[in-house]
Amino acid sequence: MVSTNIEDSELDSHGPQTFLTKYVWSQDHKVIAIQYMGTATAIGLVALVLSWFMRLQIGFPDTFDFIDSESYYQYVTMHGMIMVIYLLTAFFLGGFGNYLIPLMVGARDMVFPYLNMLSYWFYLLSVIILASSFFVPGGATGAGWTLYPPQSILEGTPGSDWGIILMLVSLIVFIIAFTMGGLNYVITVLQARTEGMTMMRLPLTIWGIFVATIMGLLAFPALFVGGVMMMFDKVLGTSFFIPAIVSMGESLEYGGGSPLLFQHLFWFFGHPEVYIVALPGFGIVSDLISVHARKNIFGYRQMVWAIVIIGALSFIVWAHHMYVSGMDPAFGFFFAITTLIIALPTAIKVYNWVLTLWRGNIHFTLPMLFAIAFVFTFVVGGLTGLFLGNVVVDVPLSDTYFVVAHFHMVMGVAPVLVVFGAIYHWYPKATGRMMNQTMGHIHFWVTFIGTYLIFFPMHFLGFVGIPRRYFTFDGLDFIPESALTLNAAISIAAFVVGAAQMVFLFNLFWSIRNGKKADGNPWRATSMEWQTPQTPPVHGNWGASLPVVHRWAYDYSLPGVEEDFVPQTIPVAEGEMDER
Amino acid sequence: MIIIVIIVLLVIFSVVFSFVSPWTYVPIAADWSEIDLLLTATLWITGAVFVAVSLFMAYALYKYRQSAGNRADFEPENKRLELILAVATSVGVIAMLAPGLVVWNKYITVPDDAKIVEAVGQQWSWAFRLPGEDGEFGLVSTHDIYETPFGVSASDPAGSDDIIIDDNELHLLLGQPVKMVLRSIDVLHNFYVPQFRAKMDLVPGIVTYFWITPTRTGTFEIICAELCGVGHSQMRGYVVVDEKKEYNEWLAEQETYAKLVANERNDNVEYAQNSE
Ligand code: HEM
Ligand SMILES: [Cu+2]
Ligand SMILES: [Cu+2]
Repeated sequence: MVSTNIEDSELDSHGPQTFLTKYVWSQDHKVIAIQYMGTATAIGLVALVLSWFMRLQIGFPDTFDFIDSESYYQYVTMHGMIMVIYLLTAFFLGGFGNYLIPLMVGARDMVFPYLNMLSYWFYLLSVIILASSFFVPGGATGAGWTLYPPQSILEGTPGSDWGIILMLVSLIVFIIAFTMGGLNYVITVLQARTEGMTMMRLPLTIWGIFVATIMGLLAFPALFVGGVMMMFDKVLGTSFFIPAIVSMGESLEYGGGSPLLFQHLFWFFGHPEVYIVALPGFGIVSDLISVHARKNIFGYRQMVWAIVIIGALSFIVWAHHMYVSGMDPAFGFFFAITTLIIALPTAIKVYNWVLTLWRGNIHFTLPMLFAIAFVFTFVVGGLTGLFLGNVVVDVPLSDTYFVVAHFHMVMGVAPVLVVFGAIYHWYPKATGRMMNQTMGHIHFWVTFIGTYLIFFPMHFLGFVGIPRRYFTFDGLDFIPESALTLNAAISIAAFVVGAAQMVFLFNLFWSIRNGKKADGNPWRATSMEWQTPQTPPVHGNWGASLPVVHRWAYDYSLPGVEEDFVPQTIPVAEGEMDER
Repeated sequence: MIIIVIIVLLVIFSVVFSFVSPWTYVPIAADWSEIDLLLTATLWITGAVFVAVSLFMAYALYKYRQSAGNRADFEPENKRLELILAVATSVGVIAMLAPGLVVWNKYITVPDDAKIVEAVGQQWSWAFRLPGEDGEFGLVSTHDIYETPFGVSASDPAGSDDIIIDDNELHLLLGQPVKMVLRSIDVLHNFYVPQFRAKMDLVPGIVTYFWITPTRTGTFEIICAELCGVGHSQMRGYVVVDEKKEYNEWLAEQETYAKLVANERNDNVEYAQNSE
């Protein structure tokens, strides 16, 4: 089972010693994780600032000269793409995946540490390429994060010269980075689990990350080929996606291609992508709830199966993004059915989270607060998915603010809440200190309530029929005056929420030195990462010999045991009621 | 503990907001009231689930909050409960999906008596074409768009009586089902009239469609609902739904393709004479 290339029986950790090899060209999964998280946060801040610019325009149109139609669409595009790919995917898999997989499965590191390091540097490269596209002639692409051709590569769309090319190159580099990292995560989970750590003893965090990574490895290639083909269309003049068209008063050389082909490729990637950021969140939230309610996760096996089934089904629902795209409408029947089938395992997960709270001993710690906020937000976002999945109900709502509200709730706010909860939860393991509580609470309350106030009312703008990706609503008579007032209010909420993130960032740095000292297991949790000999864990994680696992990760409040938790490393006592 | 209060407050806020919100469907003007009905039903069902789950969670948080002497139960599984919940959810989902599919079937099945009307999108304006007396459109070619009006092929006889409306305003006859046939000559667009509820993308290279029956007279905005470049939010048009009399008056003013070509030839001749 155990196969990492760090030898057992090291008496002492003799990891790399120089600053450069230790913190920069590091092959240590923990350092790589922090590098991923830092880079993702930095580019995520750009996306946050872009969202302010958009909200300035929507809330207070014609007030700010620097925002015109062109730049607005560039903000929309870059904001969406950064948030989904470069922030959330990178944070969950590159960040938490790297940090937690080896620790939680009881391994010394990833199985291919060198590849793992390369993965980070390629990711960084992709972020730099992406960011540089703001500065090339014509600026970043404004084609929408979906990059639909023909529009994305034709005049009339901002950044259709250099911006789109850099976007495609950046995505391709990102996918290479993801593949290198992803292979590591999957193989580490399969091959490097320590003695006794069966698959059905893994914490759900690992299950979520594991399945999400497999999905990524299967889904990203669709985006990859789509990106390469579009690049050919743009640079070499092929016609994969472009039929005979005219543009800006001129007949173009293209002919015979299909714009819908790209949409299929994009969403064959794009829908699983939604779950690539959701499943790790599902897993992490399950563990946060269980630890902080001092209770085993309810229906563990069902939760594992739900993750696997959601992962599998999410590959046959992609065209629910294309109900009104002009594809053969008969497909609508099939995709509506598959889409609503996914609602079932998803609903079961929600029930199980709530039932885990039931009869628990709930500690209202910061991670728990974020977990609760996640469940609440996710319920809203999940339920509105039933509108959009049910093909004919989607017709009036598609491409309106209802969609914006829905996906922000379900794949924007909800996963971000998990990221925050997880950071407050694992921070003491990574630094040896707790994060400041007061700042944490300010951050939590403003973020939770604020994001709800931003996105809940947006559903109703969608009912009116207000279209998304609109630079201006000027002169549209069907939109009531009051909607503009609501938009201004939403914008103000967005600025306040954004400001609260600065409190969080400050706390993140401030607590490294000034936080309350934490011992190795401050939450009294059972899973392996809390059982390391040192905190923060050193190179090789486990000291002289690898730990042995004797039970699942959820032995909380076990009857007949005085403590309310039993770590996975403790052998099963005689006569103890043991589940697995 | 505050979290419990906040959750309850947010639930109350959401429910009250839903009832008092002035932001709701614009008054419908096409025969798609089924869609509104389904939407409203979905809102009720999901709203009820939202309230139930959130309040149950709040109650659990209150009842099982940490306190001295409280210890969590150890309950890994409860097969019966899990089964009941799964079945109940399935029933709810099927209740929404089944009627949804029936209405979708109607949405994509154009009735035989529908008249066809073509809408053509380009960055960033609309134009329309009616098939004329013969009920058939003449062939078009995107590449010829700057050669002949609308790109209608000169050699196809079916095209000569096509009525070309090179204007952002289209008139429809009240109560007459229409099949909207959609074409784009450049990028993706989407034909969306909020009052009609229906929408569909315009895709260069293929012809897409949807159908409606206008049920109320008035002037309605056509907006583009698929990102099509910097002018996307300015790509506006109007549909005017008329009674028979007004409709016929409008129709009489429109010109056929043959007429347009003739006019153009005259213009050219005049132009040539003037510049001699
Ligand atoms: C407070 C936080 C946020 C605010 C205020 C915000 C605001 C916005 C706005 C105003 C738009 C453009 C709407 C339009 O014109 O159609 C947008 C689009 C988008 N946002 Fe956010 N957003 C936030 C967080 C996030 C997060 C965390 C994600 C992560 C998934 C995200 C993903 C997206 C995506 C994918 C789009 C669509 C881009 C497109 O239409 O091409 N946003 N957001
Ligand atoms: Cu999807
Ligand atoms: Cu448009």
